[in-house]
Amino acid sequence: MSGHSGRLDVIGRPLPRVDAAAKVSGVAVYADDISLPRMLHCRILRSPHPHARVLSVDASAARRIPGVRAVITGQDLPIRYGIMPVAQDERALEAEKVRYVGDPVAAVAAVDEETAAAALDAIRVEYEELQPVTSIEEGLGEPADEPIHDRAYTRRPFNVHRQLSYEFGDVEAGFARADHIREDVFFYQGNTHLPMEQHSAVATYVDGRLTLWSSTQVVHYVHRALSRVLELPMNRVRVIGAAHGGGFGGKTDPFAHEIIVSKLAMLTGRPVKCTLTREEVFYAHRGRHPVLMWIRTGVTRDGRITAMHYRSALDGGAYGSYGPASVFYTGTLQTTTYAIPAYRFDSVRVFTNKAPCGPKRGHGTPQGRFGVELQLDKIAEDLGMDPAELKRRNFVRPFTRAVNWLRITSCGLEECTARVLDASDYRARERRAGRGMGFAISSYMSGAGTAIYWNDMAHSEVQLKVDRTGVTAYCGAMEIGQGSDSVLAFIVAEELGLLPSDVRLVTADTDTTPVDLGSYSSRVTFMAGNAALQAARRMRDLLVEAVAERMGVHGDLSEIEVRDGRIGDFSFEEACVIGSARYGALATSGSYRPPRIGGPFKGSGVGPSPAYSYSACVVDLEADARTGLIDVRKVWIAHDVGRAINPLLVIGQIEGSVYMALGEALMEEQAYRKGRHKWPSMLEYKSPTFLDTPEIESFIVETVDPEGPYGAKEAGQGPLLPVLPALVSAVHEALGVWVDEVPVTPEKVLRALESRARGGPPRHGPKAFPAFDFGETIRVQPPDPHDMRIGGELEEAFRGA
Amino acid sequence: MQHELDRPIQREVIALSVNGEERQLLVAVHRTLLEVLREDLGLTGTKHGCELGECGTCTVLVDGRPQLSCLLLPLQVEGAEITTVEGLGTTAELHPLQRAFAELGAAQCGYCTPGMLLAARALLDERPRPTRDEIREALAGNLCRCTGYVKILEAVELAAERSGT
Repeated sequence: MSGHSGRLDVIGRPLPRVDAAAKVSGVAVYADDISLPRMLHCRILRSPHPHARVLSVDASAARRIPGVRAVITGQDLPIRYGIMPVAQDERALEAEKVRYVGDPVAAVAAVDEETAAAALDAIRVEYEELQPVTSIEEGLGEPADEPIHDRAYTRRPFNVHRQLSYEFGDVEAGFARADHIREDVFFYQGNTHLPMEQHSAVATYVDGRLTLWSSTQVVHYVHRALSRVLELPMNRVRVIGAAHGGGFGGKTDPFAHEIIVSKLAMLTGRPVKCTLTREEVFYAHRGRHPVLMWIRTGVTRDGRITAMHYRSALDGGAYGSYGPASVFYTGTLQTTTYAIPAYRFDSVRVFTNKAPCGPKRGHGTPQGRFGVELQLDKIAEDLGMDPAELKRRNFVRPFTRAVNWLRITSCGLEECTARVLDASDYRARERRAGRGMGFAISSYMSGAGTAIYWNDMAHSEVQLKVDRTGVTAYCGAMEIGQGSDSVLAFIVAEELGLLPSDVRLVTADTDTTPVDLGSYSSRVTFMAGNAALQAARRMRDLLVEAVAERMGVHGDLSEIEVRDGRIGDFSFEEACVIGSARYGALATSGSYRPPRIGGPFKGSGVGPSPAYSYSACVVDLEADARTGLIDVRKVWIAHDVGRAINPLLVIGQIEGSVYMALGEALMEEQAYRKGRHKWPSMLEYKSPTFLDTPEIESFIVETVDPEGPYGAKEAGQGPLLPVLPALVSAVHEALGVWVDEVPVTPEKVLRALESRARGGPPRHGPKAFPAFDFGETIRVQPPDPHDMRIGGELEEAFRGA
Repeated sequence: MQHELDRPIQREVIALSVNGEERQLLVAVHRTLLEVLREDLGLTGTKHGCELGECGTCTVLVDGRPQLSCLLLPLQVEGAEITTVEGLGTTAELHPLQRAFAELGAAQCGYCTPGMLLAARALLDERPRPTRDEIREALAGNLCRCTGYVKILEAVELAAERSGT
């Protein structure tokens, strides 16, 4: 299911996305654009306290307000849910306890939003405030008050959500071999997705069937959560993805408002809509975890890594969300870029009384990448080596297995590096005070190798229907702006000799489309793409066979061309008629399940991906030692996407990733004061405007992965990662000081300069990693780096070992 | 408790000219132009990102000038000509800006696009061949989270180029 021989007519061409006209003309229907007859409007009452017991909720006055049709509280939605089976720790409305400012406690459905808002004012909630946990350090320590969650759910000292410790190979022996060892501490501040569209959902309940339109990235997971919490069988729940105004990971959990409008629709028998305010979007969050890191790396004299010990502590916020995966992702992918012969990885996620953290573009990996890249830069400085050269010496090779068993297939690190170093003239760069260039690399997954809930089924399914009117593709994949729909249309069009606009699409509707797990972990192109390819090739074979019969061709059918809207002697429309006459109702299906590539240890399910993308980046900037201001002049970025299904969309993903990275690097932070969000508004939460975004020069590198559709890998997340360390490295070159945390605000630059001026270390950043017992270390025998076995063959080998 | 709804809501009959169509409406005076466009006139092409004047998403043209519809009251714009994305072009006949945005991939999720297009239209009406800096300046009040602004810049340039020839 891969490589494609012969000419490609659609794949690789910079065609406009299939939904372009709808989007530029304003006719695309986003969730908040939906308005149904008799629709009620919902508003949600949220906790004003970061940590408190709910003593009572009195909604009687609210219920008496004319125009209020229903008020619900925690009693009405007692069942817990969460995106991961091991973290079912949220309730749509909390009856007993609130854990962050913004935790929902009651909701109203009324004839209009103003009436609903007035009703919220009339609800009386009595709270008993508890001491909030507001930092990683507090979360790791003994609770000052009662823990945020039940003791049975957490680990000692009871605000610890998850912890892990792994050692792959003999790390101590690796350090013993090293000529030079460095230890550094880094901090990556949390930040949020800030999609332009606020989350919105509309529910109806008719004849015992619930329908929800939502701005979600994952209709299937919302479907599961609604069924669970509302106690409706899956076949009574339908979730439809509306046109989507931006996700970046922030709409990848099932959300309280989706459950609440569904419940209110069931109670009132009327459609109910809820659109979050911008302030509520900051509380919905699920954004980048703040992560504190400690890294110890040993190298030989010539810069080859002998061992690495990486520790991270994640500030998870109030709930689990994707945290059980995030805690792994901060450390698992270091090995997919650098050949680390021995690797130890300890990580811990704590609960704090803040909006829950989750997956944001890069999910858990940008933080670790930031630390590792910067530490290698510092090691290069210690050794008097060029950092790009030191990194190159440690690059993984294509088709190898990493020390933690991750299988690496195609790998364009060398080519990506060459492209950006050449284009930026990095080696001949001007060296003067106030000017700097930095270089960094990264890698990201093309979809997770395991589903969020354990099952044996395909991760993506596509059905194609041909009838006398043409072809339609059905897939649960969700278009969130990244081009999911376009990828499906391009692949089907390529295989059937059509233009993308000839392919009708039905996507992200749990009643009519087969399951795709959704738009997260950069999985759509690889997984839905492969499923579409399989379905389309099966359809092509059937149509060719029918046409051949009509043409009187027997035996070798390869002379029947499928191209330019024709199959053999017939137009595609005629071929559809011939096919319908030959077969009757005509449908094919395709599905994709990732190969079983995980290693022989518990926890090996997080990190494996059927293929990894690679990227390299150079940032050129000027930094002002008097003001601390940074002016990014240009960013060069090369991204190995395997093959660009559509280069226009790939470049768009790369540019968007770079932009988002610059926001995280320079200004964006989801920060709190005493458990309250410092700036839950778009004015005060600074994000880059048109004027703040520099020139970006992007290069697509194609390594044609053997398992990707036409060789394609992920495009939309990986290019974010190298930008941040490259920027910090450039600041160091410009000013001679390290800012070991992001965002790199002018204030931090000045603090680093002041520290140096006082004779202190020439840096600003965290000073130490808190003492914490990570528990027993799981020791794993590393694989043979050339062992590329997968599936049953690999598992057989584990049993034999 | 005394809340907003205990006070009588003042309503006014107003006449709005939107995309060349005259419309008479009875609206509560505190409702914003954004709400009236979307909810009373069904012109949902105009989007909202904050409803506080921070993001530029709800930009419409008032007598050709870009304005934030979330900060305007319909009473303030009576007698003015209002243009929304629906008045810029149609799927059957796209405005050159819309065509350029579509061709170059300047719309990804598409949510900021209507506001971005109208701000760009106002710029091109005033300066048919803007410099890159003038484009950046004119669109600096419109946030986009998908594109990194690069393709938007190129699309505005392309539309300007095409209209100039």
